[in-house]
Amino acid sequence: MERILSFDQLKKQYEAVKHQTDLRLLTLNQAPSFIQLPEPYKRDLSVRHLMVCADTGCAASHSLGIADLLEKTIEKYGLQDKVKVIKTGCFGLCSQGPIVVVHPERVMYTQLKVEHVEEIVQNHLRDGHYVEHLLLGAREGNPTTNYDQVDFFRKQTRIATRNCGLINPASLEEYISQKGYLALGKCLTELTPDGVVDVVKKSGLRGRGGAGFPTGMKWGFTAVEKEPQKYVCCNADEGDPGAFMDRSVLEGDPHSVLEAMAIAGYAIGADTGFIYIRAEYPSAIRRLLSSIEQAKEAGLLGNNIMGTGFNFNIELRLGAGAFVCGEETALIASVEGNRGEPRNKPPYPAAKGIYGKPTVINNVETLANICPIILNGSDWFRSIGTEKSPGTKVFALAGKVNNVGLIEVPMGTTLREIIYEIGGGIVNDKQLKAVQTGGPSGGCIPARYLDTPIDYESLQVIGTMMGSGGMIVLDETTCMVNIAKFYLEFTVDESCGKCTPCRFGNRYMLDIMNKITHGQGTREDLDKLSQLGETIKEASLCGLGQSSPNPVLSTIRYFRDEYLAHIDDKRCPAGVCTSLLQYEIVPELCIGCTICAKNCPVQCISGAVRQVHYIDQAACIKCGLCFSKCPKKAIIRK
Amino acid sequence: MACSGLQSKFQELDQYIDNLSISDKGSALIPVLHRAQTIFGYLPQDVQAHIADRLDVSTAKVYGVVSFYTFFTMEPRGRFNISVCLGTACFVGGAEAVLKEFEKELKIKSGETTSDFKFSITPVRCVGACSLAPIVMINDKVYPRVKTSEVAHILAEYDEM
Repeated sequence: MERILSFDQLKKQYEAVKHQTDLRLLTLNQAPSFIQLPEPYKRDLSVRHLMVCADTGCAASHSLGIADLLEKTIEKYGLQDKVKVIKTGCFGLCSQGPIVVVHPERVMYTQLKVEHVEEIVQNHLRDGHYVEHLLLGAREGNPTTNYDQVDFFRKQTRIATRNCGLINPASLEEYISQKGYLALGKCLTELTPDGVVDVVKKSGLRGRGGAGFPTGMKWGFTAVEKEPQKYVCCNADEGDPGAFMDRSVLEGDPHSVLEAMAIAGYAIGADTGFIYIRAEYPSAIRRLLSSIEQAKEAGLLGNNIMGTGFNFNIELRLGAGAFVCGEETALIASVEGNRGEPRNKPPYPAAKGIYGKPTVINNVETLANICPIILNGSDWFRSIGTEKSPGTKVFALAGKVNNVGLIEVPMGTTLREIIYEIGGGIVNDKQLKAVQTGGPSGGCIPARYLDTPIDYESLQVIGTMMGSGGMIVLDETTCMVNIAKFYLEFTVDESCGKCTPCRFGNRYMLDIMNKITHGQGTREDLDKLSQLGETIKEASLCGLGQSSPNPVLSTIRYFRDEYLAHIDDKRCPAGVCTSLLQYEIVPELCIGCTICAKNCPVQCISGAVRQVHYIDQAACIKCGLCFSKCPKKAIIRK
Repeated sequence: MACSGLQSKFQELDQYIDNLSISDKGSALIPVLHRAQTIFGYLPQDVQAHIADRLDVSTAKVYGVVSFYTFFTMEPRGRFNISVCLGTACFVGGAEAVLKEFEKELKIKSGETTSDFKFSITPVRCVGACSLAPIVMINDKVYPRVKTSEVAHILAEYDEM
């Protein structure tokens, strides 16, 4: 692309390319006639776009190989002038991956394998017949030809993930076709820095990384600092296990984050930005590096952006596997090349951040909301979501839910809508027990709060938090004591060790949790856990420690009976805590086949051939092998 | 031979340090360590001392940073690094049992390396591909939805390597 020297030139460029991606935008309402099977197409199908999801999730199931083979096969059938294969970002329905969408028909093929490629090219692209058995929903006996009509997509509102699945993230031109860099151009030529801060303030956008601090205020605090050198930092240290929206945005729409960082730079008066990203995200890192180069070459980043005299450069800083570095003061230490240990606030980063200079630190998803706000205005943004939490939130839906993936919904959507409508319900129609939000800093919401509208405040009221948006669905087979212990093990592991309440308190809590899951807990231990938890929350230095007891505290609050079952009855109701399990042979069912005894790794099963067998409980290591091997299901687990 | 091989590795590292665009050398420490670990495979004492020297920081600071971040290792790792994801979605999906099965098959504990330096087991915190839970990565190859019964089969792929 030639270098862009003015905003007018960018607008011309946009006019020139804006129709490039139109084909993918037609919704059902605009083109109702050609969608239904088996009617012949009534639309111009001389050009088709095949969108192949190349996000880490689908790529792990070989979507890139599928894309290559599609291209080759299309050529084999001589269709290369009529069909374009485009590697795009996450569609969100990750459990159905690898996914390919055919435009303009808006047909989604799911769970693809390389052996399906020929069929799609031959039947659909050449002959115009859908490959029915690969359609979304076909495996559940409910094939659908228009994916927007499925609850999973219909109920969503995509702002931060607007371009994921729509454009080729490697193409700057396609980003521009979706009004890319127009927001930056507008800021630089039509708004003052204060004006930009004002728009963001009025939009009510709050930080999507967890705490929900108003973004406009953060920018305002940094803007008024007198220091000549300031920085913008994008926090892409997505450490919350079970959350992957930041990765998907960075892979699927990198320019939206770069553009927003430049806008932030203009608003606060910074000429340098850092992206602090986890080393565990190699493809996001590669994508960012090449996008930065692209934007620089096009004159949209670097020096004298769009001929306005504004300079903004972006550098990458890699994390090295420390969860605590998601905390902003620890992140600053890490960017500076130190151990990622947090420090006391104030001074806040707005006053003293990276290298002691005023710094705005925003999360990836927060930044991904900026450009639409600038282009559409703060009133538009406020019209979505709730009064105190405008806009949308991206959640990573995972665990025991049918549609695992990435979803974006207006704030105020209820858990029931998310899990049963968008998420398609619980796997194997089991009973929902709880939903965990906020990762190691959050808590578990019991099923009875399913109708709570989700925003920052409502989640706090019920003892958890938004966090970065991990949402793990737990069913009746999950032990709540064990899951709380899992998170606590995580924080104990990740505590940086600087302050005592977090370093020592969490370890002590974990010891107690271990006692309980091994059947050695007492009722006093429960009180101790609550007391300790409250103290750690009060006394810890940073956000990690201040929130680390939440998983334990919230499960004690809502699932006390499960704790009591472990403590009083020495029983794990979900059958998860192995020390509390017992395998027993039902004499009436045992045929004395000796299979269990032969398989037992510790020889603790005795009994003669055709006689009832017996498990020596003291020697049993509870591996469960006998349970799975018994042909008569005569072994029970209690 | 081995010696000159080592020398060229140090040269490669020096070249990287010389070409750094980061003006403050101290803050380049983490990128340099990343590069050094790619070159050497791990960060032994002499490499750390060399880096301290070149960046003009104390060896204590280098060691402090290396020991703080789990990504950096001071022990040589196996040729095949088995990363078992222990993120929440994987954990709920049974990743713990999968990890134990790898430990059992290779007769090493998580975090350790087999004596022939062929395999290492590293638990990782969420690779961000939760729809594939439980997920295991061996070097760059991804194994989605791993069951304990598949572990021996997966390892057998590496028999001839």
